[in-house]
Amino acid sequence: MLTIPEFTALVWLGAGLAGFLGALTGLGGGVVIVPLLTLVFGADLHYAMGASLVSVIATSSGAAAAYVKEGYSNIRVGMFLEIATTAGALFGAFLVARVSTRAIGVVFGVVLLLSAYLASRPRKPAAAPVSAPGPAKSRLRLHSSFPTPQGQRAYDVRRVPLGFSLMFVAGTLSGLLGIGSGAFKVLAMDRAMRIPFKVSTTTSNFMIGVTAAASAGVYLSRGYIDPGLAMPVMLGVLPGSLLGTRVLVKTHPDRLRVVFGLVVAALAVEMIFNALTGKL
Amino acid sequence: MLLPANSEIPSGIPTDPQFDSDQQFERVLGNLLITGVAVAALVVLAGAITYLIRHGAGRPDYKVFRGEPASFRTVNGILRSATEWSGRGLIQLGLLLLIATPVARVALSFLVFVRQRDRLYCACTLTVLAVLLFSLIGHHF
Repeated sequence: MLTIPEFTALVWLGAGLAGFLGALTGLGGGVVIVPLLTLVFGADLHYAMGASLVSVIATSSGAAAAYVKEGYSNIRVGMFLEIATTAGALFGAFLVARVSTRAIGVVFGVVLLLSAYLASRPRKPAAAPVSAPGPAKSRLRLHSSFPTPQGQRAYDVRRVPLGFSLMFVAGTLSGLLGIGSGAFKVLAMDRAMRIPFKVSTTTSNFMIGVTAAASAGVYLSRGYIDPGLAMPVMLGVLPGSLLGTRVLVKTHPDRLRVVFGLVVAALAVEMIFNALTGKL
Repeated sequence: MLLPANSEIPSGIPTDPQFDSDQQFERVLGNLLITGVAVAALVVLAGAITYLIRHGAGRPDYKVFRGEPASFRTVNGILRSATEWSGRGLIQLGLLLLIATPVARVALSFLVFVRQRDRLYCACTLTVLAVLLFSLIGHHF
């Protein structure tokens, strides 16, 4: 059996790789940290979720270094939708203690499969018609503009109630599973609210940290966050994801995304199998 | 709809007087996040070194969930064990600083919305802040 320094070094390396691939493929690190810790390192699901949630906050805040100068994120959209995601996250975190480990494992596997599907789809730049600014909804003032090589491009926000509801679901999943659920947040903004893709991904990144912080307090007080496990995960995911974001700017890893999607799908199947057979 | 660079935003859209300050706003919030995560990582690293030196021969055991002792679960307990320079206490303090970073971002946003006299978004921000604080200290009530 491994000693603590050996175990810590291996978890650190694994988390670094997960953070790197997560950032490079847009899938996020958290979604693979939990299967890594439970299936590979044999950790209990609750400890794994605690360590993962902490790494999600680190990734989201650290990525500000890459996003902040670009001017894509929409602070009002983020703040307004964070009402839904934080409320959902709090609800999800409370659910953890009420739901069996088996059920959480199955939900996790299903979410993992969906994320793998979403991430491995080839990304069509600006495929969704970007809506022109409309007159209404001026009360919330969610419309804004973002920089393009051709100058500022204005956009408006559609289907706000639908987006808000989807964000509550994304928040609940984040709190229930200890993940960032960035893929679902982007889906809600990009597809439901018709916010330009680049604005959706950047705004989602900032929302992820706030959402995760809303469940982190509950996780901490319930004892899900273990210092010995969360430490190598946080210190690994942070540099890994920063490096992944750097590399992403230079490459378009479509093939890697498919490969990573398949790996995640395999982890999802194993997760569901272990949950159903009571091995999780 | 594309606008040439440096052009005025056309009259169809309500003009946004805070556009420039919104960009500054973003930059300040971004810098806050980067500072918070850097400080948190350094504290976690200090705790990690202490922890690894003291527990070099120990065996990790995460197979069964037991929960953490109160000294690693509550804000007071974490502060106490960190000031006693416990390795794990320092790690938890770093993680607590990490959790506080997005909370600080929301708190700072509130101040900016107050300055912009934006009542609606002041209310939104306060709601989010209330949820975050309830999560952190709610179990005390």
